[in-house]
Amino acid sequence: MANMANEKVKMPVQDGIVRSGNFDEVALGYDEVMAVEEATRCLNCVNRPCVSGCPVKVKIPDFIAEVAKGDFKKAYEVIHETSSLPAVCGRVCPQETQCEHKCVRGIKGESVAIGRLERFVADWYRKNCKDALPKPQSNGHKVAIVGSGPAGLTCAGDLAKLGYHVSVFEALHVAGGVLMYGIPEFRLPKEIVQHEIEGLKQQGVEIECNTVIGRSESIDELFEEGYEAVFIGSGAGLPNFMNLPGENLKGVYSANEFLTRCNLMKAYQEGVDTPIQRPEKAVIVGGGNVAMDAARCAKRLGVKEVSIVYRRSMEELPARKEEVEHAMEEGIQFCLLRNPVRVLGNEEGWVKGVECVEMELGEPDESGRRRPVEKANSNFVIEADCMIMAIGTSPNPLIRSTTEGLDTNRKGCLITDESGKTTREGVFAGGDAVTGAATVILAMGAGKTAAKAIDEYIQNK
Amino acid sequence: MYTILQKERLNPTVSKMVVSAPKVAKKAKAGQFIILRVHENGERIPLTIADYDREQGSITIIYQIVGRTTMLLDQLTVGEAILDFVGPLGKPSEIEGLHKVCVIGGGVGCAIAYPTAKALYENGAEVTVITGFRNKDLVILQDEFQKVCKDLHLVSDDGSTGKQGLVTNVLEELIQNGEQFDEVIAIGPLVMMKFVCQLTKKYEIKTVVSMNPIMIDGTGMCGGCRLSVGGKTCFACVDGPDFDGHAVDFDEAISRSSSYRNEEQHARETTCNLLNKEA
Ligand SMILES: Cc1cc2nc3c(=O)[nH]c(=O)nc-3n(C[C@H](O)[C@H](O)[C@H](O)COP(=O)(O)OP(=O)(O)OC[C@H]3O[C@@H](n4cnc5c(N)ncnc54)[C@H](O)[C@@H]3O)c2cc1C
Ligand SMILES: Cc1cc2nc3c(=O)[nH]c(=O)nc-3n(C[C@H](O)[C@H](O)[C@H](O)COP(=O)(O)OP(=O)(O)OC[C@H]3O[C@@H](n4cnc5c(N)ncnc54)[C@H](O)[C@@H]3O)c2cc1C
Ligand code: SF4
Ligand code: SF4
Ligand code: FES
Repeated sequence: MANMANEKVKMPVQDGIVRSGNFDEVALGYDEVMAVEEATRCLNCVNRPCVSGCPVKVKIPDFIAEVAKGDFKKAYEVIHETSSLPAVCGRVCPQETQCEHKCVRGIKGESVAIGRLERFVADWYRKNCKDALPKPQSNGHKVAIVGSGPAGLTCAGDLAKLGYHVSVFEALHVAGGVLMYGIPEFRLPKEIVQHEIEGLKQQGVEIECNTVIGRSESIDELFEEGYEAVFIGSGAGLPNFMNLPGENLKGVYSANEFLTRCNLMKAYQEGVDTPIQRPEKAVIVGGGNVAMDAARCAKRLGVKEVSIVYRRSMEELPARKEEVEHAMEEGIQFCLLRNPVRVLGNEEGWVKGVECVEMELGEPDESGRRRPVEKANSNFVIEADCMIMAIGTSPNPLIRSTTEGLDTNRKGCLITDESGKTTREGVFAGGDAVTGAATVILAMGAGKTAAKAIDEYIQNK
Repeated sequence: MYTILQKERLNPTVSKMVVSAPKVAKKAKAGQFIILRVHENGERIPLTIADYDREQGSITIIYQIVGRTTMLLDQLTVGEAILDFVGPLGKPSEIEGLHKVCVIGGGVGCAIAYPTAKALYENGAEVTVITGFRNKDLVILQDEFQKVCKDLHLVSDDGSTGKQGLVTNVLEELIQNGEQFDEVIAIGPLVMMKFVCQLTKKYEIKTVVSMNPIMIDGTGMCGGCRLSVGGKTCFACVDGPDFDGHAVDFDEAISRSSSYRNEEQHARETTCNLLNKEA
């Protein structure tokens, strides 16, 4: 008999006030008892609506059934058939718009906590199953992967399993992409990301950091070196600015800069050389996960007042629901239906305030969301000595500008077919480089699809 | 790891290192730079590729010891290794089509100017070099420049070596004496580049400057290195580091370069203390 409780088993979390002073993980994870209890809320529906909400089609009812039985190892194996980074996805997928959105238990009450269960299973496996998977037999073919974010890592893992010799080239000094430089420690401990990467290395994947494709080596040179196919998973790392007057004042950062200093370079820790500003009052512009992460990092660095300025309303905030709730609990202020128009500076060239206007929602735009329009004469100033722009990113032009025959669209995204084939023979792509800034699970899915296509391409050559 | 093959002190605060980095050496061109990290908790700092040897697979860097990271770098000796060393980054300097060029280097900016002067010379251009230093103890790279130029002019602020004066004094004199340069390339402190540009604007001579804002990734990902050029925002690490000097907003660049002054000063002091104790 299923557990008919209307609510999810609560997730233990660090207290809001306490955690806003540290970088430790916020959500602490289920224990075995909680996991089994939550798993019994699943009805094991015959038509499996939840699975249709998952971009990589994790066999959700099957793994949850194993959790309910207490066979966590089996549960892990079921998830791992389709998802290569469950510890990551369980933590960062926007479940409320994907798998959990489709769950029938969500009609009357809360959906099954699929993400939390996935996280539990992956964490349990990491702690309890240390035996490395056997290294696959080589098939003698070489593939190069550009970028070590979720797209590149997934593609690498799948190809390695098939026996390919895979080399991943990463521009930064560590692998992991946004999982390392963007998403903060308190949401996704870096140890987990590195554990996954170690696993890939054991499978024979070579990772070469400090290599910027397009500068250190071109795509053409990779082919000359004997790689038979190349997968581009270079992400969408180029930060957008709004071109506001005063945007180049000191104290104005892109979220990427602020988060890179904080997460990749660990500027929040003692004994680390990279500096970071520790302001009094910070304004973060934007409403996505990136804005939430920047705001919450700022809070943890000791900023007294942190305000998120977003031009639409609460309903349209694109961030994961849980992150918005956590941000509120931590004391982040939300200035909704507001938009910055000018950055004000002091005599020394530092930000001293952000001039904003009020907005109201008009007719729906192409995206189906109601378009924000400025209210006349509603200008006001928020005092701040730091402003962080989190209004989106685009693909970096470096690769397309150094490679012949790679077509891109108006936004600079690489053009591919459904299998990940680009317009250049032997070159495949996926993840944010193709879609523009999206999600971890979509990037992973694209890496998987492309791995399959690369295998077919090489086997049929 | 990137092993240090040679190390030489050029003056009390400037050193030269030859570092084994075959992949970087294979592609390096004049005007490009590398980013290095000395140790696990180290910061990423950019340094220009002062020279390269494709056969040996090595890169030469010349750095001024100004703060914590350059101090730590200077602690390393031949046989030891630098943890991370990535490049070549940035766009190479444009040297094609130039016949008569004046290259100006100010202080450690000479390290950045030298590879460009050399590339121009090897490409058949007639090169005039003006180097400026605060005093004679700080002079670097004179022999190297001598080999790649027609005329070498040396000035110092205090007259302790070469002529007393500023690089702009020499440049103006040359122009007034009828020298017709296709282009001036100026590399040095921001203030020096700003004044060179003011002068060349008056004479309508195209001028290229090499900008060195604070950088982190060097791949166009953080926007920390942004500059206003002709009213547009550019990222120095990918769109530069060379820019049309007449379009650069120097005042903004000078202001932005002091963003981390307090933090840097603190790091410098603690590092001085640390290294003195150990030494
Ligand atoms: C702060 C932040 C928070 C986010 N939060 C969430 C979340 O909660 N949930 C979610 O699902 N998604 C989230 N996202 C989005 C998600 O992280 C991305 O969609 C995903 O990482 C894209 O994966 P990718 O593999 O395509 O690219 P990336 O993760 O961007 O990785 C690309 C890698 O390629 C490297 N690279 C780029 N150019 C080159 C080159 N020329 N040569 C070599 N290497 C190169 C980069 O250095 C990088 O390491 C967040 C993003 C950010 C920035
Ligand atoms: C493209 C480029 C090429 C350069 N080439 C050379 C070179 O060939 N030789 C040389 O001596 N110097 C060069 N520099 C400057 C060099 O990067 C800085 O001197 C160095 O980063 C100082 O680090 P520090 O920790 O020792 O000093 P800090 O105490 O950190 O800083 C001292 C000074 O260096 C600047 N600085 C600090 N960190 C950075 C950073 N990450 N990026 C840029 N500037 C920074 C600061 O604004 C300050 O003015 C170059 C800079 C750039 C951007
Ligand atoms: S991978 Fe993401 S969307 Fe799919 S089941 Fe797991 S949490 Fe849900
Ligand atoms: S829809 Fe919900 S209840 Fe039904 S199988 Fe999926 S997770 Fe279980
Ligand atoms: S250094 Fe980050 S964009 Fe230039």
